[in-house]
Amino acid sequence: MIHFVLHDPKDTVAVVVVEGVKAGHDLTGWIMDEDRTIVLKAQQDIPIGHKLALKDVKNGETIIKYGHDIGKAVADIKAGAHAHVHNIKTKRW
Amino acid sequence: MISSKTTFQGYRRENGRVGVRNHVLILPVDDLSNAAAEAVANNIKGEIAIPHPYGRLQFGADLDLHFRTLIGAGANPNVAAVVVICIEEGWAKRVVDGIAKTGKPVTGFGIEMHGDHDTILRASKVAKEYMQWASELQRVECPVSDLWVSTKCGESDTTSGCGSNPTVGNAFDKLEPLGVTMCFGETTEITGGEKIVADRCATPQVREQFMAMFDRYQAVVERHKVDDLSDSQPTKGNIAGGLTTIEEKALGNIQKIGKKCKVIGVLDKAEMPTKPGLWFMDSSSAAAEMVTLCAASGYVVHLFPTGQGNVIGNPILPVIKLSANPRTVRTMSEHVDHDCSGLLQREKNLDQTGDELIEVMLRTCNGRLTAAEALGHREFVLTRLYESA
Repeated sequence: MIHFVLHDPKDTVAVVVVEGVKAGHDLTGWIMDEDRTIVLKAQQDIPIGHKLALKDVKNGETIIKYGHDIGKAVADIKAGAHAHVHNIKTKRW
Repeated sequence: MISSKTTFQGYRRENGRVGVRNHVLILPVDDLSNAAAEAVANNIKGEIAIPHPYGRLQFGADLDLHFRTLIGAGANPNVAAVVVICIEEGWAKRVVDGIAKTGKPVTGFGIEMHGDHDTILRASKVAKEYMQWASELQRVECPVSDLWVSTKCGESDTTSGCGSNPTVGNAFDKLEPLGVTMCFGETTEITGGEKIVADRCATPQVREQFMAMFDRYQAVVERHKVDDLSDSQPTKGNIAGGLTTIEEKALGNIQKIGKKCKVIGVLDKAEMPTKPGLWFMDSSSAAAEMVTLCAASGYVVHLFPTGQGNVIGNPILPVIKLSANPRTVRTMSEHVDHDCSGLLQREKNLDQTGDELIEVMLRTCNGRLTAAEALGHREFVLTRLYESA
């Protein structure tokens, strides 16, 4: 079972693609561009479609998805934690 | 597997364009004419009225766009014949003359000096003749190069960028070499991915035109915004679905243009493309506005990926919904034409879901109703550029 997917191996966040991910679950992730899997432990409950951090990210660091800059962290984020509007913002507008 | 030998059954119109539907349209030019138009469509079974709230005291580029959209809607090859109704006869004639260039039957009626009753009577008589005439038109075998296919995504979430949008992109990469005419748009929703689109432009001139359209829309946002557009781009629905920033949404959005397609030109809103290939249309990202503009540009079928479940349809264009979100596919199944959620479980690859989407599209072109058509979704929404006089 694939629990989360990412596009590019450089991505620092990935998308949960199943319902019911809970803190403590061991998750399998699929790197779509390289067609290989990785494993990570969820630190929090994460809804389907929402992101988890793939590594520890410091406040202010750039968030990478699709291999591109999608914004910056506005709080420290632990690997396996829920990564969304509460800890990531756009650099624009 | 689609090839240059692939055909579909379509309606070849007087001007050579091919439609996949055979509508008789009752087209009000302005808000005041909606009641008469709907009465005619109620009198004559099987016809479609497309009421809308505009058409009075518009001026300049905004008025030009209004006429271009209405004429384009009537001229669309999915439409067999058109009855135009307007409060004033002069403006009815302007729309009739625009549609008549296609060679299809079209007649206009003015309400002034007649009233609704007499207008409905006169228009219904013509509409009945059109309906019976159109009902005898036959589908004929047409090459896939006769298709004009548009795309726009809606209620996107993160599964859109991982699954349903790249599925459209895979289909586009396969349709482009076959001479299909295609378009995408959603100018502000490319924010963060604009360099990627610019790099896909076929020539430096197209690149310049694209960036000019992109920069113009950014200036509009800058002029009117009161915050960082949170809750608008991304929308509350996007955020509920897990999308965090406009850049993330944009990078997911542009998966729809595949990995190989070149952008061969840019279109103003409701402007008709002049040759096959992928076009960028300057447009809002609001679903019904964008799909209406695609219909007015002459596109005959629309691929609409959704994450959280946008339910949009269009009176002229069949809108094919696809979703890679297993929860949306489960909870909103009546709206989904193509389930590509298997992609995110690695049960299928993009080539497979792209082929499946093309098959659904061809079945739709051959006459199968989309979910949105069966459910009666006919959102016809005109784009306004600024306030009326």
